[in-house]
Amino acid sequence: MAELHEPNLALHVEDLTVSYQSKPVLWDIDFDVPPGVMAAIVGPNGAGKSTLIKSVLGLVPAVAGHVTLFGRPYKDQRRRVGYVPQRSSVDWDFPTTALDVVTMGLYGRLGWLRRPGRRERREAMQALEKVGMQDFAQRQISQLSGGQQQRVFLARALVQDADVYFLDEPMAGVDATTERAIVDILRRLRDEGKTVIVVHHDLQTVRTYFDWLLLLNVRVIAQGEVGDVYTAANLRKAYGGQIALLEESALLPPQERDMPVTERLP
Amino acid sequence: MTILDWLQDYTIQNVVIGAALLGLISGVLGSFAVLRKQSLLGDTLSHAALPGVCIGFLIAGTRNIGSILFGALVSGALAALLMLALTRNSRLKTDAGLGITLSTFFALGVVLLTYIQGTNNAAQGGLDSFLFGQAAATLRSDLWIMGGITVAALGLVSLLWKEFKLVSFDPSYAASLGLPVVWLEVLLTVMIALAVVVGLQMVGVVLMAAMIIAPAVAARQWSHRLEGMVLLAAAIGVGGGVFGALLSALSRGLATGPLIILSVSSVVIVSLLFAPRRGFVWEIVRLRRSRRRLRYQQVLTTLYQLAAAHADSRYRSGQGMIDTYHGTSTQRALRKLHRRGYVVRHAAPPEEPNTAGQWVLTPAGIHEAERILDSLGREAL
Ligand SMILES: Nc1ncnc2c1ncn2[C@@H]1O[C@H](COP(=O)(O)OP(=O)(O)O)[C@@H](O)[C@H]1O
Ligand SMILES: [Mg+2]
Repeated sequence: MAELHEPNLALHVEDLTVSYQSKPVLWDIDFDVPPGVMAAIVGPNGAGKSTLIKSVLGLVPAVAGHVTLFGRPYKDQRRRVGYVPQRSSVDWDFPTTALDVVTMGLYGRLGWLRRPGRRERREAMQALEKVGMQDFAQRQISQLSGGQQQRVFLARALVQDADVYFLDEPMAGVDATTERAIVDILRRLRDEGKTVIVVHHDLQTVRTYFDWLLLLNVRVIAQGEVGDVYTAANLRKAYGGQIALLEESALLPPQERDMPVTERLP
Repeated sequence: MTILDWLQDYTIQNVVIGAALLGLISGVLGSFAVLRKQSLLGDTLSHAALPGVCIGFLIAGTRNIGSILFGALVSGALAALLMLALTRNSRLKTDAGLGITLSTFFALGVVLLTYIQGTNNAAQGGLDSFLFGQAAATLRSDLWIMGGITVAALGLVSLLWKEFKLVSFDPSYAASLGLPVVWLEVLLTVMIALAVVVGLQMVGVVLMAAMIIAPAVAARQWSHRLEGMVLLAAAIGVGGGVFGALLSALSRGLATGPLIILSVSSVVIVSLLFAPRRGFVWEIVRLRRSRRRLRYQQVLTTLYQLAAAHADSRYRSGQGMIDTYHGTSTQRALRKLHRRGYVVRHAAPPEEPNTAGQWVLTPAGIHEAERILDSLGREAL
C-alpha cells in the first residue's frame, strides 16, 4: 500500500493554484487543518474562498498543486466529506420538499439504481430534527425562509455522517436564531471530533465561533490558531484598503446582537 | 363516415399514435430541460437537426427515414457539443452560445435544403416538410422507430431518476458526491435530441422546441414535486398531441403539427393564469387578501403600541385617533378584529359625545399583537 501523505491532517493543501480563463483566483495555496477543529476561511469578496472549497472537492480543476484528506486524495475520501454549498447556488423554486433535499445527501451511499427507501427517509428525518426542521419535512422548498433553507442544506450534509465538513457561508443572510442553531450544531460536530471548515463572512464573530483561521486573499495571508492569526496587521493585509471600514467594528470585542423589537407591555 | 370508421382510418391512427408518443417523450424530457433552465436547448437542438436531415437524405439518395433521422440526431448532438465547447472555453454566456449555434446550423440546413431542391431529385418529395412537419406522411414503420426511442428514453429516466433529479437541482453537490455530472448532462441533452428526432416527422424542426418546453412549463404550475411535474407534463403532452391530431383529422386539411402546438400552448396559458399559488389570477387575489390582512394587523399593533405608550393594557383608543393614525377609515379592520375577539368596543365617553367610540384590546388581542410584532422583528433581523 502506498504511503499516506500527511495522514494526520484532516485537510492538507499544497501549492494549489486555480485560475478561471487564465486569471489566477488562487495562487500557490498551502493550507493545513488539523482534525477536530472548527476552522474559518475569511477574506474579502472575490478572495477565492468558495473556489478554494470547490477546488478541494474537485469541482473546479486546479492548475497546480494537490489536496489530501487524512492522507488520501478527495476521490478516495468522498464518503468522509460533507458539503454545504452557498445557498444562492441553487434555484429554490425547484419542485421538491425539504425531506427530499435532505435525502439527496444519501445518494452517494446508495449508489446507482438503488432508490431511497424507508431507512433513508428515517435518517433524513432525523437530520431534519437535528436542525429543528422536522415540522417542515413535507414543505415545498420555495416556501421556506432563507434561514430554513440553510438549515435544510445543513441537514443534507449531516445525513452524510462525514468526518470533515465544508460549509460555504452558512450564516450569510440568516436570522439570529438560525445562526445560533447552526453554530451550536457545528460545535457539537467538532466536540464529536469532526473537522468543520467554514467560509465565514462576518469578522465580528470569527473569534467567538472558531478556533482555527485562514485569512485568504488570492494568496494565503495567514493561518493557524485564531488567537495568533486574528491581528490588526493580518486583517489589514487581507482586506487592504477596505480595512478602514472594518477596523473599528471588527477589532472591537464581539457584542451581543439581540435587539428589542419594541416596547413591551408591563 | 361514422366515428368508428374514422377511428379505424389507418392514417388517422398513425397520426394519433405518433402524436401521443411525441407528447410523452417531450413532456418527460422537457421537464428536466426547463428545470435546468435550458429551454433554449430544445430550440437549438431542433433547428440544428435540419442540416442533418439534408445530409442524411444526400447520403441515402432517397427519402429514407432511417438515415434522415440518424442524420438529424448526429447534427443535433454536434450542435449541443459545439455549444458546450463554446461556453466552456470562452466568456460566451449559455444563451448567446445557444443562439449562435441555433442560427448557424439552421442557416446551413436551409442552404442544403435549397441545394437539394435545385438538383431536382424526384425523390426529394417534400423534404421541406421537415420544417413544419407532415404528420399525415407518418408510416407504421416510423411509429416503431418513434416508439423504440420513447421507450428507451423513458427507461433511462426511470433508472437514473434520482441522479437526474440531483443533477438538475444542485449539480455541484452532485459532483461532490462523485456523480459524473458532465456525463449525466450529456445524456439528458442527447435524449432531448432524440425527442427532437421523434418530433421531426410530426411537428417539424421549427415548432419542436415548443413541444419540449410547453408541457413542462404548464405542469410546473400545478405540481410541487418532480414526480408529479413529470407525470403531468407527460399527460399534457399526450393529451395535447392527441387532441391536436384529432382536430386536424376532423378539420380535413389544417396542419397537424401547428394544431398540436396550439393545443399544448393553450394548456400553458390556462396554467399560467389559473394554477393555484403560481397562477397570475391567484397572485392578484392573494395580493388583495394580504393587503387586507396587513391593514388588520397594522390596526391591531397600533392599538398595542398606543396601550404600551400609555403603560395601560386596558387603554381605550378612540376610533378617530386610529383612523387619523392610519390616514383612512379602519372601521372594517376593527370589525374584523372584534369578530375574532381581539378587541371590545366601548361607547364614546360622555365628555366627547360626538366621537365614534373607543376600542380596548382583549388579552387574546394582546397576545396576537405580540405574536405579530415578534414575527416582524424576526424578519427585520
Ligand atoms: N465560474 C467562474 N468563471 C470565471 N470567474 C469566476 C468564476 N467563479 C468565480 N470567479 C471569479 O473568481 C474569483 C473568486 O471567486 P470566489 O471563489 O467565488 O470568491 P469568494 O467566495 O471569496 O467571494 C472572483 O474574482 C470571481 O469573479
Ligand atoms: Mg463565495
